[in-house]
Amino acid sequence: MMAAAKIVKVGIAEMDIAKVPATIRTAGLGSCVGVVLYDLERGVAGLVHVMLPDSGIRSPEGKLNEAKFADLAIGAMAERLKKEGALRLKAKIAGGAQMFQLSGAADTMRIGPRNVEAVKQQLAVRRIQLLAEDTGGNSGRTIEFDPKTGQLSIRTVNAAIKLI
Amino acid sequence: MESKQKLPPIQLDALKEAGNIGAAHAATALSALLGKKVLLHVPGVSTVSLNDISELAGGPEQPVAAICLRVDGEVKGMMFFILSVGRANRFIRQLTGDDTVDFSSPPASELAISAFNELGNILAGSYLSALSDFTSLRLHPSVPAAAVDMAGAIVSSALAEASVTADEVIVIDTVISEENAELEEVKGHMFLLPDASSRQVLLEALGVGT
Repeated sequence: MMAAAKIVKVGIAEMDIAKVPATIRTAGLGSCVGVVLYDLERGVAGLVHVMLPDSGIRSPEGKLNEAKFADLAIGAMAERLKKEGALRLKAKIAGGAQMFQLSGAADTMRIGPRNVEAVKQQLAVRRIQLLAEDTGGNSGRTIEFDPKTGQLSIRTVNAAIKLI
Repeated sequence: MESKQKLPPIQLDALKEAGNIGAAHAATALSALLGKKVLLHVPGVSTVSLNDISELAGGPEQPVAAICLRVDGEVKGMMFFILSVGRANRFIRQLTGDDTVDFSSPPASELAISAFNELGNILAGSYLSALSDFTSLRLHPSVPAAAVDMAGAIVSSALAEASVTADEVIVIDTVISEENAELEEVKGHMFLLPDASSRQVLLEALGVGT
């Protein structure tokens, strides 16, 4: 039993799923929010790297990437997990930081908190319980979730690895 | 999900030429500020996905020092100025005469951040004014914002703040190198990302509109 467990990698504005023994990971979350939906009993987890709160601000032309927007991503992920046999979904989220130290005052730069708010609202609407979060702050995060243990590990540039 | 919109070679060449003109002026400004020769060249112009932009900057988790600013005027877009943390330290120590400047252990001093922002402002300003003269388009930089963190986190956040919702963007890349400097793990970069809605205006001003 030497086989290294597979790590499923999720990029910006992408989503994917992982089953035990694989883990799932996304790197470089800034104001974006990494949303993990999982069913521990079934050993399956989905991760979405959400970039924006609302698909309403998209340009009308062009195809829509559901994973990019909180209002579409959570529902799409939940559907996909149900097809994989997940029954009772729980959630853990991380991200939504404020990356820039501005020299001028600009409170328009608050996409991070808006992303977190939108994600939580979607979870509430779908009655998915949010078990843990590591959101806000000023640091970028890389997160990895293990569907076997239900633990989300969070790495930043300057702090020790955190488990939630 | 991905619809590759390749620009024809004639348009890519025109954008690269425009990038070279901007880069030449920015190089002069940067060399004068630092009192040493800094070389900027444009390796290419490409249409890339959001994930590829952080790859260009050294990988999504690579710690970098970055300045982001919005380009306003007749062409709108984003500009990034991205350096390795070590090089940002050296540049800002030289500019401020303060040898204790260290972006790798936050929080950096007000002075260091403000000097770094100013450096970005001057570089973007000289790049854009050269581009403006060349194209006769009005272009000006907005107030810069600085961050020292993972490249992917910085770039994606800046694009999200600017509501850049396209899955692909045009990147006019500029590589920054110094004379007599040893190789570094992260190359210095300036990126110009014209908004999708400004693409046509810019190409027409360059004489290669469709």
